Amino acid sequence: MRRLADGGLIDRNQPVEFTFDGKTVTGYKGDTIASALLANDIKLIGRSWKYHRPRGIIGDGAEEPNALFQVEEGAYTTPNVRGTQAEIYPGMVVNSTNAWPSVKFDLLSVFGLFARFLPAGFYYKTFMWPQKFWMFYEHMIRKASGLGESPRENDPEHYEKTNAHCDVLVVGAGATGLMAALAAGRAGARVILADEQGAFGGRLLSEAGIVDGQPAASWVEQMVSELQNMPEVRLLKRSTVFGYHDQNYLTIAERINDHQSIAERQGPREKVWRVRAKQVVLATGAHERPILFGHNDRPGVMLASAVSTYINRYGIKPANRAVLYTNNNAAYQAALDLDAAGVAVTIVDCRSDADSALVNSVKQRKIQILFNHVVAEAKGAPVSAAVVKQLVKPGVLAAGEKIINCDLIASSGGWNPAIHLLAQSGGKVRWDDAQHCFVPDLIVQQQRSAGAANGSFTLAACLADGLQAGAAAATAAGHTAVDLTVPATDQTESFVISELWRSPNGPKPWRGAKQFIDPQNDVSVADIFLAAREGFHSVEHVKRYTAMGFGTDQGKVGNIAGMAVLAEALGQPIASVGTTTFRPNYTPVTFGAIAGPEIGGTLFDPVRKTAMHGWHEEHGALFENVGQWHRPWYYPQGDESMDEAVNRECLATRNSVGMMDASTLGKIEIVGPDAAEFLNRIYTNAWTKLGIDCARYGFMLGEDGMVMDDGVTIRLDENRFFMHTTTGGAAPVLNWMERWLQTEWPELEVYMTSVTDHWATTAVVGPNSRKVVSAVVEGIDFDKDAFPFMTSRKGTIEGVPVRVNRISFSGELAYEVNVSAHSGRMVWERLYAAGEPYNITPYGTESMHVLRAEKGFVIVGQDTDGSVTPVDLGMNWIMSKTKDYLGRRSLERVDCTREGRKQLVGLLSSDPQVVLPEGGQIVNQASDQIPLPMHGHVTSSYYSACVGRSIAMALVKDGFQRQGETIYVATADGAMLPAEITKPVFYDPEGERQHG
Amino acid sequence: MFLIPCPYCGERDESEFSCAGEAHIDRPLDPDALTDEQWGDYLFHRKNPKGWHQEQWHHTAGCRRYFNMLRHTVSYEIKAVYKIGEPAPEIEQ
Ligand SMILES: [Zn+2]
Repeated sequence: MRRLADGGLIDRNQPVEFTFDGKTVTGYKGDTIASALLANDIKLIGRSWKYHRPRGIIGDGAEEPNALFQVEEGAYTTPNVRGTQAEIYPGMVVNSTNAWPSVKFDLLSVFGLFARFLPAGFYYKTFMWPQKFWMFYEHMIRKASGLGESPRENDPEHYEKTNAHCDVLVVGAGATGLMAALAAGRAGARVILADEQGAFGGRLLSEAGIVDGQPAASWVEQMVSELQNMPEVRLLKRSTVFGYHDQNYLTIAERINDHQSIAERQGPREKVWRVRAKQVVLATGAHERPILFGHNDRPGVMLASAVSTYINRYGIKPANRAVLYTNNNAAYQAALDLDAAGVAVTIVDCRSDADSALVNSVKQRKIQILFNHVVAEAKGAPVSAAVVKQLVKPGVLAAGEKIINCDLIASSGGWNPAIHLLAQSGGKVRWDDAQHCFVPDLIVQQQRSAGAANGSFTLAACLADGLQAGAAAATAAGHTAVDLTVPATDQTESFVISELWRSPNGPKPWRGAKQFIDPQNDVSVADIFLAAREGFHSVEHVKRYTAMGFGTDQGKVGNIAGMAVLAEALGQPIASVGTTTFRPNYTPVTFGAIAGPEIGGTLFDPVRKTAMHGWHEEHGALFENVGQWHRPWYYPQGDESMDEAVNRECLATRNSVGMMDASTLGKIEIVGPDAAEFLNRIYTNAWTKLGIDCARYGFMLGEDGMVMDDGVTIRLDENRFFMHTTTGGAAPVLNWMERWLQTEWPELEVYMTSVTDHWATTAVVGPNSRKVVSAVVEGIDFDKDAFPFMTSRKGTIEGVPVRVNRISFSGELAYEVNVSAHSGRMVWERLYAAGEPYNITPYGTESMHVLRAEKGFVIVGQDTDGSVTPVDLGMNWIMSKTKDYLGRRSLERVDCTREGRKQLVGLLSSDPQVVLPEGGQIVNQASDQIPLPMHGHVTSSYYSACVGRSIAMALVKDGFQRQGETIYVATADGAMLPAEITKPVFYDPEGERQHG
Repeated sequence: MFLIPCPYCGERDESEFSCAGEAHIDRPLDPDALTDEQWGDYLFHRKNPKGWHQEQWHHTAGCRRYFNMLRHTVSYEIKAVYKIGEPAPEIEQ
């Protein structure tokens, strides 16, 4: 047991038992997994994913790259929980992550051999190899490492989301954040103070200093209770601000229950706060960074500040004998803390000398300081000694070495402000030459950084900075700041640092003991040099090539050092290498938190069903998704295949009568004295002279002249039209028309209403359709001359008003019966019953596609693709020559009239049983010559039972002139299918049947 | 995620809106009077400023009105919204 006799912020009256890799471990309330393991002298907590090297705890917070655990089992399991932040609770089940078969049994030291096959760029190089090699590697890698396991069961917990507005959001509740919140709160601002930890105080919880005449931790308590008493201040602990989006919109994940045993949990596990803040204060602190040396990934190598945390906050004696390796004087505090905890310590300082109050107090304690020295290498795993060498001058080592026996090497290479949220918000950073770190520079949102996040690395400066930032934010949000004094502190040591990123190791830095930059992804100094040698010079490319910073820690410990090493390899200053992009999330967020209360069995996307949906289900329909609609696809009988069902449905329709649910087609009512003029401008053809109760097919073009949507529009009255759009086009077409009406033609008096869901539509199709419809509908004369093709009539079914449109998407005699959706199923059932003497056959979208293709009717979006004009479709007849309309001028552009445009044709494959592949490319010769010019592609292709052979439609360059020619359709397996170019009409070419 | 002050409804979440691109592109009154190049300019050429940008927006899942917005493409600050037909506010880039 390494627990000190007293001290720390743990509750020694509340022991907490949990299991680690199946063994019972005891800590105290207030411990994290990491502190409890260290207190029990458990140093080896996992293995690295690539080399399978033993790994220990490095840090004490969000930056931790190694201490990632699988917490809980079964449905409650969570992967990659950072042990440095996760609080322990009774019965917690913790397992190491990268430890197959176990952390102790080093079966995979064989990976030391294997590792030479895993250099930087491994993934890229491997993907270039034949796939079977990759499968071999993947099998080994997944077995050997894997960063945690996803749960295999549904999540039993629930999650919430909430929205909040505030004047000032303060991110981070260390000394800076507490002062900022106090200053803003006293000014009367509505404040949210969020901190990722279970307790407020930030680094003050790790330090032994005095603030306002009392120990730092008690000053924190006093501040928190004062803030709690302000009604407009909301305190959020265990709450990570993980995203900083546009317009001061920030997202916070509050972990409400993860610190309690599953039995004790009440309410949601997590809550995501979506906050819109007038002003933001980023008091996110800074992350200490290591100095890199050989074997610096071994258990027993830690950050100096983390050592102070484990001593002061958790009451742990972290070692018996320690080496503290530093390039700055702030790290000397860790030497004092180690000394006070009874740990013998030697300071290895790369600088020639140091002089400050803090350094002098270390000197007074007779702690050994080796100036002009570096730690070259760690020995042992866990660490048993440090190999120390003398510097002759920067970058050059003297001959000889000292071996210092120790079980801890703490290092401090300086501090990196936590600029992640600033960068996410669009802010820019600059390189600070004095403190050797990136600090905030340009800000673009209503925001200020303060304290260590702004490069102020002393407590005195943080307290002053926080107060000033909080007051300024409150003022900017419209409040009046009150006078407050900055509390006094004994921590006034200014920050002095010399640049040193890694211990020099000779002229070939990639040789010798590996110096690790990113321990989570096993990226070393050698990998960065290799990437630079192979020509990767941009930091973004090097990141992707080496996987540096790709882990769940996103390189919080190592990335800046990695950039410095790249700068060294390229011979450039760090400032010109720059940083990689900081993206949300700051730390990983669970999928549950993001999904929120919607988590569960059904999808969030709405499902649209027609009024007749239940009937289709009862009659065995299979459904396909068309947008959000579930449409009947086909209605198999017995053990019919899809082809058999579609053939039966098509034949029944052409030979007798079929029926289809057409309710999903978009329907828009267009009303007003200028409605006809409006349609004239929207559609390619003319509408003014269309008679009442008459229908017309229309094409809608984009202003670029390309076909956008099509459908039949009926004139219900002088000033009232009923427009059909495609199923997928309903919403975009309405937006499109409203845009022109509102922005360009406000002089037109037109009103539009979407009525898609108001009407249920049953299409009755086939030579017997008149007999069926006339048997059911009252009040309409169905005589073929009294109710001709492309007209519309009003009638009733059982007293319910219906509108019957004699229009056809199959080329057959057909009627579409529209009724209020409430009566949709009743009308469908009446028509079905009336059709039974004629073996009426319901059909779905698949047969609909075949029937229209037999007639050569296009489907916008299938036979067109946004580059097709009506001329390309051979539909010049639909374009008025006497009026302007959207897209007309574009059709005269040179590109729309040139030769070589793809034109719509029919294709008949030489083998009538072969159905050409849709999307298949069309070539002129059956040759394997490369390149083979492509002349078009198949857009629609089916087997037609009515024609007795396969049919297809295609877009072919200059296709109109190529009737009768043979082309070839290339298939994925290399075959070339011959086919003849024809007109795209395969059935009833004179179009007589629909007039029957 | 923007908070957009619709000139008809007040402040609403961005998810209710859709952006319709650059504002103040008037459809030529006599398209036939334009050369192909001039017509192509109307069709395809758009500003891409780093700074203030006049945009057309649609309150698609709200009042369904189109309106114009003056928005900064770096800070995303929305300086003004104004109804179709109203003059654009002055811009100092
Ligand atoms: Zn609105």
